[in-house]
Amino acid sequence: MKLDSLIPAPLRKPAKPGASNGAAKGPAPADLKTAPAERPSDAQRLGDRAKDAPADVLAWVDQRTAASGFLTGMLYRKVPKGTNWFYTLGSATLIAFVSQAITGVFLAMFYTPSATQAYASIAHINNDVFLGQLVHGMHKWGSSVMVILVFLHMGRTFFFGAYKYPRELNWVIGVVLLILTMTMAFTGYLLPFDQRSFWASVVGININGTGPVVGPYLSDFLRAGPELGATTLSRFYAIHMLLVPGAIIALIGAHMYLVVKLGTTAPPWLKADKPKVAASVSQLDAGVEGNGAAPPNGASAS
Amino acid sequence: MSDDADKQNGAEAAGRPERPIPDPPGYFEGESMTRRRAFTVAVQGIGGIAGAAIVLPAVGFAVAPIFHRGKERWEAVGPVGDFVEDTYRQVIFTETEGIGDAGKTTAYVRKSSKQLDEKPNEIVAVSNRCAHLGCPVRFVEAAGNFICPCHGGVYDFQGKRIGGPPVRPLDHFQARVRDGQVELGPRYSVTSQLEPVRARDPGEFTGGVWEYLYPPRPSTFPPPSG
Repeated sequence: MKLDSLIPAPLRKPAKPGASNGAAKGPAPADLKTAPAERPSDAQRLGDRAKDAPADVLAWVDQRTAASGFLTGMLYRKVPKGTNWFYTLGSATLIAFVSQAITGVFLAMFYTPSATQAYASIAHINNDVFLGQLVHGMHKWGSSVMVILVFLHMGRTFFFGAYKYPRELNWVIGVVLLILTMTMAFTGYLLPFDQRSFWASVVGININGTGPVVGPYLSDFLRAGPELGATTLSRFYAIHMLLVPGAIIALIGAHMYLVVKLGTTAPPWLKADKPKVAASVSQLDAGVEGNGAAPPNGASAS
Repeated sequence: MSDDADKQNGAEAAGRPERPIPDPPGYFEGESMTRRRAFTVAVQGIGGIAGAAIVLPAVGFAVAPIFHRGKERWEAVGPVGDFVEDTYRQVIFTETEGIGDAGKTTAYVRKSSKQLDEKPNEIVAVSNRCAHLGCPVRFVEAAGNFICPCHGGVYDFQGKRIGGPPVRPLDHFQARVRDGQVELGPRYSVTSQLEPVRARDPGEFTGGVWEYLYPPRPSTFPPPSG
């Protein structure tokens, strides 16, 4: 493959178990023994060294981290037959989060989390800062996109039955991520501190307060007092850009670790092409092809 | 069967109790705990104390506002002569300091009414915060009612709920007269019989068992005793 030559050696797709190791190197030159080795010029040697430099650097890192085994295992893992576009919703959600994180960092450079200055700083971002309206818009509309993608991803997982054993824990982590995403959307809404954000947050906090017994205290915690005040905004800002993003990043790591570890499911409409019953020992002894060669009725014997 | 063999071995061992019990490895004479275990317990204990020393102040810092009550604040909103018995006058005053206009709130103020059998010569100040979810209600002169634009909550002249989703009457503000000026103070909520209770957030019921299900918060002021 041409592409393989572009990929540095440590990250190249491992050869299939049956394939010969020499295949990738290509045939030896015919004149290896007859023609005398020509002494390469200094410039040529330097060029060769330069060409090898990226691979050398990668090898240096790989020797010290042993990352290539993990990376090839992750990048070249098997996916089931029937994998389709619905399986990209999780990655799409991740991209939406990354977009939110990047635009959020740059918005934070201009935003002032103060009750008296927040509105003016948002107006400054929108009206004066170069591309400010675009970055603000990406963050604002991106939040809706992320919430929608989270729900679509959740629906895909539910309707494909991908939450079943052994992936229950990943479902649980996903639900926590859903809640954290909603927390982000809720806390972010107040930050522009215009009429809409103010009243939406008042209503949102009051809905929190209707929970019996703990509700009133939860409201006080969110507002940092009996009324929505100056500390409410900084509190929401800290939750929005420090507390919850950290938790989301950590949980996305766990979520993706489990995806790589457990693999993805085949779509439910795809029938298994191997017998569902575990192969008996005699079948395993027969070799790799033993399973497929066994007659369909024979599987019921075990 | 392995079970039988185990039983036999056990019986054999029990039959020879006189064999000296060897010291467990890692124990020194007179010690009840191996050094490895002692260090494990100590390190975990110290680590726990160190972790608590970091986490507890941070958590306390975050939840402290729940238990903090701000300074009582009174603001003059106009001379007594401005207010009458049979209709409300809208006043705007600062309820929360430090956030500019966002900290201002609206109250509808009148004198107590003899016709409605209220205590004479008092000032009634009704908050415009809807008891459903906190939208601003408006006193509609023609209807004599308070009407909320969000979800259609309706309150009568005294602020009692007569329709829509609100769960209790409109909140009130404490009111007093100083030097001929009407002054408004902390917010308090009322039960459906207009008995004053501590301020509750919108959406929370008052009176009866609800006083326990939606307990009064330490951050609010005690209601007027009268």
